[in-house]
Amino acid sequence: MTSQEVRLCGLLLQEHFGEVVEKVGTHLLRSGALSLRALAHETNTPLDLVKKSLCVLVQHGMCVFGSGRRGPGGPTEYRCLVERILYTLRFPRYIYTAKSLYGDTGELIVEEVLQRGEMTMSSVVKTVADRLTHNMEDGRSMDYSEVISAFSSLVDTHFLQRCLAACGKGNAATSSEKTPNSSAATPESLTDCYKLPQINLRGRGKRRRSSGDSDVDQRGGKRAKLENKELCGDEGVFWQVNFERFHLHFRDQAIISAVASKMDQTSSEIVRTMLRISEMTTQPNAAYTQPLSANEIFRALPASYNISRSTLDQYLTLLVDDPMEFVGKSGDSGGGMYVVNLHKALANLARATLESVVQERFGSRSARIFRLLLRKRHLEQKQVEDFAMIPAKEAKDMLYTLLSENLVQLQEIPKTPDHAPSRTFYLYTVNQLPTARMLLQHCYKTVGNLIERRLFETRENKRHLEKSQRIEAILASLQVSGAEPAQLTEVEEMITAPERQQLEALKHHINKMDSSENQVDETIFLLESYISSTKTSH
Amino acid sequence: MSGRGRGRGRGQLTFNVDALGIRSGESLPPSAVKPSPVFPPMQVQPLPLQASEEVEYMLALKQELRASTKVLPFYIMPAKPKKDVVRYSDKYQSSEPQNNTIEWSPDWSRMPAELRVKVRKPLESRERPALKRKVKSEGKQEVLQKLEKLEKKEQEAASGEEEEDGEGKKKNEEEEEQEDDNDYDGEEFEEETDYIMSYFDNGEDFGGDSDDNMDEATY
Repeated sequence: MTSQEVRLCGLLLQEHFGEVVEKVGTHLLRSGALSLRALAHETNTPLDLVKKSLCVLVQHGMCVFGSGRRGPGGPTEYRCLVERILYTLRFPRYIYTAKSLYGDTGELIVEEVLQRGEMTMSSVVKTVADRLTHNMEDGRSMDYSEVISAFSSLVDTHFLQRCLAACGKGNAATSSEKTPNSSAATPESLTDCYKLPQINLRGRGKRRRSSGDSDVDQRGGKRAKLENKELCGDEGVFWQVNFERFHLHFRDQAIISAVASKMDQTSSEIVRTMLRISEMTTQPNAAYTQPLSANEIFRALPASYNISRSTLDQYLTLLVDDPMEFVGKSGDSGGGMYVVNLHKALANLARATLESVVQERFGSRSARIFRLLLRKRHLEQKQVEDFAMIPAKEAKDMLYTLLSENLVQLQEIPKTPDHAPSRTFYLYTVNQLPTARMLLQHCYKTVGNLIERRLFETRENKRHLEKSQRIEAILASLQVSGAEPAQLTEVEEMITAPERQQLEALKHHINKMDSSENQVDETIFLLESYISSTKTSH
Repeated sequence: MSGRGRGRGRGQLTFNVDALGIRSGESLPPSAVKPSPVFPPMQVQPLPLQASEEVEYMLALKQELRASTKVLPFYIMPAKPKKDVVRYSDKYQSSEPQNNTIEWSPDWSRMPAELRVKVRKPLESRERPALKRKVKSEGKQEVLQKLEKLEKKEQEAASGEEEEDGEGKKKNEEEEEQEDDNDYDGEEFEEETDYIMSYFDNGEDFGGDSDDNMDEATY
């Protein structure tokens, strides 16, 4: 829980849930586990507001509660989870992935579940059907069964999962979902974690009518309310987004695009096929996929790629021999057993990220020195100059700049028991893991700065923004009531040209900052995956 | 150990000059005497952002999400500052929930019970069910009998007791209005009679009852 993480979490909470939740959340992050009373007292917030904020946080899975230090008899304590709050930065990426895999229906399902934290299947289906119907042309409406089928496919591929029973209850719940022996049951360990409930939901999406048919609307509204109260057979079964599964998908995408850019399209297709076959059989934090025989890969290749068996073997050999070591050979049976080295691939991707950061910041020659040190581990000053083929003075300068930025470390090796400087070796070295962690913190700080700058820009131009919104509202109402073009132009001219320019510039800046946030988040994801992969391999 | 090197001679440095490649007479970079500037000028310009359809779609998604979270019930507003005067327009203009409950209904079996904000019902509605229950349990016939008894006892009964019964009767009559249309005229007649009777009773007994307990002078 570093200070940059806490700062970023605070900004994200403020953006999504308001200042009250931000205050409560950041305090909880900083202090660890607290009870309700202690939290209200320390943050000087009224108890009701604290209760509301905690409800919001628990609903979205960002806060867990349990019996505290005093055991089951004492007050429940609440703990905030940093990772879950940081995932909000990545919501657009999750929604876009769902769209690319399952179309508009899947996109809306994932969006609804992300925004509300956890939902029952029936409420998701109804809301999504209504939204889709709203966007369709008149007369057509979305059938519930299509939405249900999209939902089922999301569950089958594990992108959505059931929520656990409440962990705060001291005694084991009698519901069938809880496993009998573990108190910290992960969703993966539940047997019916991905089982769809039997619901009897038939119907079509409802279109929200315009204000013209007010009578019909009222009657329809009452009927809709009555229908909402109908039990659909899945009360108490809540679904949430399975973030780990999305992360595995992103990781696979990163590996495939790396292979495509390093080698060619066909090799990336082969790697994609290998990853697709082993999607369900590989554990989430495994170091390599299950071994696959060349025959299996050949059979599973997509029909559009009709390469011969020998070509496939050649490609696989090339992949194995590549220094990046994405693919490894683990045996010779079945025409050769091949695995995808997941952890190694992540390490290589992280290393490439570090190298490119150094290159963009300090120039290509500093990047050469950095890569040299990564490869050769420990080098003296003289050796660095020789291997990098850079004149001594410049090499010295670059090394000192990198040292001052903490990207390169100095290791002393004394020759004598007294560490006399004249008789000590000073070796330069780069440690990949600590450097990656440091860069990750820089990324968090960057995103925090971007958000703060965006808020600052919005605050500065608040007056302009409000004025333009009011004028848009006036324009819209005039158009609806059928005004003449002269009136419309008159209203539009209320915004002067320089103001318009200023607004354009503001919009441009905000768009730029938003895309930067998205792009930095990609780096964050890569570095986080690398760091967590090194944790599990110990 | 390092004190040995530091003690002798001023020009000696703590690190080996040769190993680090600094010859004497070369200019070292100037030492920093203040913290680095907040926005230092950048030597190299950063790369331009990626610009593809995917990127633009995600940008639009991000902005939409940001706008929609403000509307969802999960956006908690800070407590309203106390107004100096209660204004009439507050009744029609207040947009926040009147009580401090959350505006969506989670599954309370999966949340700690202490987070539930209990709504306290206003006082009159709490008393009303108590009175209704008390009167309802007697049944219609018993109430009519009681009324006849009261008519006989109107001289002796204290004004307070009758008023209470009258109130209970009024509430009972409000209930029974829907059920019983036949007795409507009779009840109304009785109500009017009751009012007039109590008025007369006040005139006769009010002074007498209060005189017993009066310590202070009447004004």
